[in-house]
Amino acid sequence: MSSSEAHSHNPYLAHHFETIEQQSYAARLGMWLFLATEVLLFGGLFLGYTVYRWLYPETYQACADLLSIPMGATNTVVLITSSFTAALGYHAIKVDQVKKGVALLWVTIVLAGAFLVIKYFEYAHKFHEGTLPGKWYTFEGLQAPGANIFFAVYFLATGLHGFHVVVGMTILAILAVRAQQGRYHAKNYVGVELGVLYWHLVDLVWIFLFPLLYLI
Amino acid sequence: MAHSNANHAVAEEAPGEELKLPAVSFWNADLGIKSWLLSLDHKRIGIMYMVLTLVGFLLGGILAMALRIEHLTPDETIMGPNTYNRVFTLHGVVMIFLFMIPAIPAIFGNFFLPLMLGAKDVAFPRLNLMSIYVYGAGALLMVWSMVAGGVDSGWTFYAPYSLSTPASLAPALFGVFIIGFSSILTGLNFIVTIHTMRPKGMTWMRMPLFVWGTYATSIIQVLATPVVGLTAVLTAIERLFGFGFFDPSKGGDPVLFQHLFWFYSHPAVYIMVLPGMGVISEVVSVFSRKNVFGYKMVAYSSLGIAFVGFFAWGHHMFVTGQSKFDAGAFAIISMLVGVFTAIKVFNWVGTMYRGSIAVRAPFVYVCGFLFFVVFGGMTGVAISSVSLDVHWHDTYFVVAHFHFIMVGATLMGFLAALHYWFPKMFGRMYHEGWAMLSAGLIILGFNASFIPQFLLGNMGQPRRYYMYSPEAQGLNVASTAGSSLLAFGFLLILIYLVYAIKYGKVAGDNPWGASGLEWKTPSPPPKHNFDSTPVVDEDPYTYRQKGEEVEHVVV
Repeated sequence: MSSSEAHSHNPYLAHHFETIEQQSYAARLGMWLFLATEVLLFGGLFLGYTVYRWLYPETYQACADLLSIPMGATNTVVLITSSFTAALGYHAIKVDQVKKGVALLWVTIVLAGAFLVIKYFEYAHKFHEGTLPGKWYTFEGLQAPGANIFFAVYFLATGLHGFHVVVGMTILAILAVRAQQGRYHAKNYVGVELGVLYWHLVDLVWIFLFPLLYLI
Repeated sequence: MAHSNANHAVAEEAPGEELKLPAVSFWNADLGIKSWLLSLDHKRIGIMYMVLTLVGFLLGGILAMALRIEHLTPDETIMGPNTYNRVFTLHGVVMIFLFMIPAIPAIFGNFFLPLMLGAKDVAFPRLNLMSIYVYGAGALLMVWSMVAGGVDSGWTFYAPYSLSTPASLAPALFGVFIIGFSSILTGLNFIVTIHTMRPKGMTWMRMPLFVWGTYATSIIQVLATPVVGLTAVLTAIERLFGFGFFDPSKGGDPVLFQHLFWFYSHPAVYIMVLPGMGVISEVVSVFSRKNVFGYKMVAYSSLGIAFVGFFAWGHHMFVTGQSKFDAGAFAIISMLVGVFTAIKVFNWVGTMYRGSIAVRAPFVYVCGFLFFVVFGGMTGVAISSVSLDVHWHDTYFVVAHFHFIMVGATLMGFLAALHYWFPKMFGRMYHEGWAMLSAGLIILGFNASFIPQFLLGNMGQPRRYYMYSPEAQGLNVASTAGSSLLAFGFLLILIYLVYAIKYGKVAGDNPWGASGLEWKTPSPPPKHNFDSTPVVDEDPYTYRQKGEEVEHVVV
């Protein structure tokens, strides 16, 4: 439960591990496995996207034209930049520039917030137009079969992604606060590494969603 | 088996020497209810899982008996059609999600995996503790919503019926999603533990086969469970908001639901049976006094089953209008599972061959396992042939088949593990005579329950139907009689095991004379498993070296 007496020389080593390398290896492997589960979670939605694209190719084309490419492209740039600042922040903490690292993590969080704000405007526009799927689909401009399915895929995929953005922001904020308190530095940075890995996955999912939904 | 001699096979305790339980073990290292509820000790978490999953098993078993009693007569016996639908749904969901999937990994995997590897704990003890609360929360939500909302869709939740039934399904679907998390956490923990927590000398090829089986299981848990989680949530959202994702009336595709559902739910069968196969590999070598024959092949075939199992799901969907090519491909891939399983079966039998067999309760369960796996597996190969499947689809033949392979085999593995490791977990022995009697009752009862169902299915009795034609009554009554034997057997086990926890003979560290690190600690083990990290310098099974004869065997 508590770190045992035998390892009292390193406060970051849990009692059931022999060395800090073993503990870091376990933490990293655990995170990669968790990311694999995330890929499969989104994988179901990507499968749904593919099946319905094959069933309703023309409708998909027409629906994609309704999405705003400038907004989606801006968001892509914002998110990739945030991944960059997250990686820089991790590196800074790893080389013991904790202050710089904390600042970069906050920049990442601000960029993530900007992503959500842009997404909010996109969603609000869609609500206003009436392209919510199901019984709320009232958009006069496009009444083809499969239109509500496209928007179901759109809202489910971007909604699940948006939820991940919120979770990622929370994780990064916790990391930033803890690093500020002196918990993360050159001798203990694996926690930050895992949080940033998660953030990269959030970014990566969007990099697939943007072309699939907006461009093609 | 003719030359079996129990006295040679199982180490007898030295006469006159009174065995004592260790004064301090993980059971009493910390006291108080809080020390259990917040325990990070993998052994305590295993015990807590045992209590919870057995409650699930009891509930599922009572429901099974209710279904069998209902089928004593062709018309209404004790419940109406609506209740019947709810009862078989609850039976399936409870047995699968609350018992079969977590049972062996979460109880025996948690308890023994670190011990067998020589580790102090699993890699993430806090996630391990979290998994049990996630399991509890998911289980409560699921059972409550199914009782209150009257879920009647069957455990498969097939769209579009699951979208249109007036029963309240959404909370049960969220329950599936939540309980999936607990399964993922357990699997993730085991994979990381096996990769990173092995002490010096414990190479991959020195890992006990139970660890290999658990490893293969964990891969499926981690990679397949997210998909069913997503499917459950999509179905729930569909019910709540009517997006039309799986609803053909709104342009959706219900066959997509089946693909997503079976992508998890077919590999889930191997989540249930692979840990059982791991248990059998351990038990068969101990009670034959021989090293496992073809260790590497048994280890690799676990991975083989896990791998092939991912690409076999389409055999549940032969009648959905799948193309002939798809059906053929899925049929052949499904049959490959039989190849890997047969490798194991031959190796287990090869392990027994010319061994010194001790026919004790765990070994009896090994024999039961072999029968169920061979018989259930062969009907599986038959049913994965498209033409036969079309005849048997959605009949009792399928019900009997999956109960044989999935339930029968898993239960045999579970009961073998329970009896084999009981002395290590509780420090005391169960009563061998009662154990043999109930093993006989259970194996007999199981066959009597499900062999008639093979025949009923072949006659054409559809599954999930509340009524049946009067000429099928004889076989239905036989099946119900068999399940009462089964229930009686389980009741006996409950009684003598609970008795043995308190009054059983003290077992000592290694009552079976087994090799393996878990037998090198006291029974029950201390809180930190080992006084010092063990150094492993030998193979997992050290009963008989290659070429050595077992001395007493007369050819």
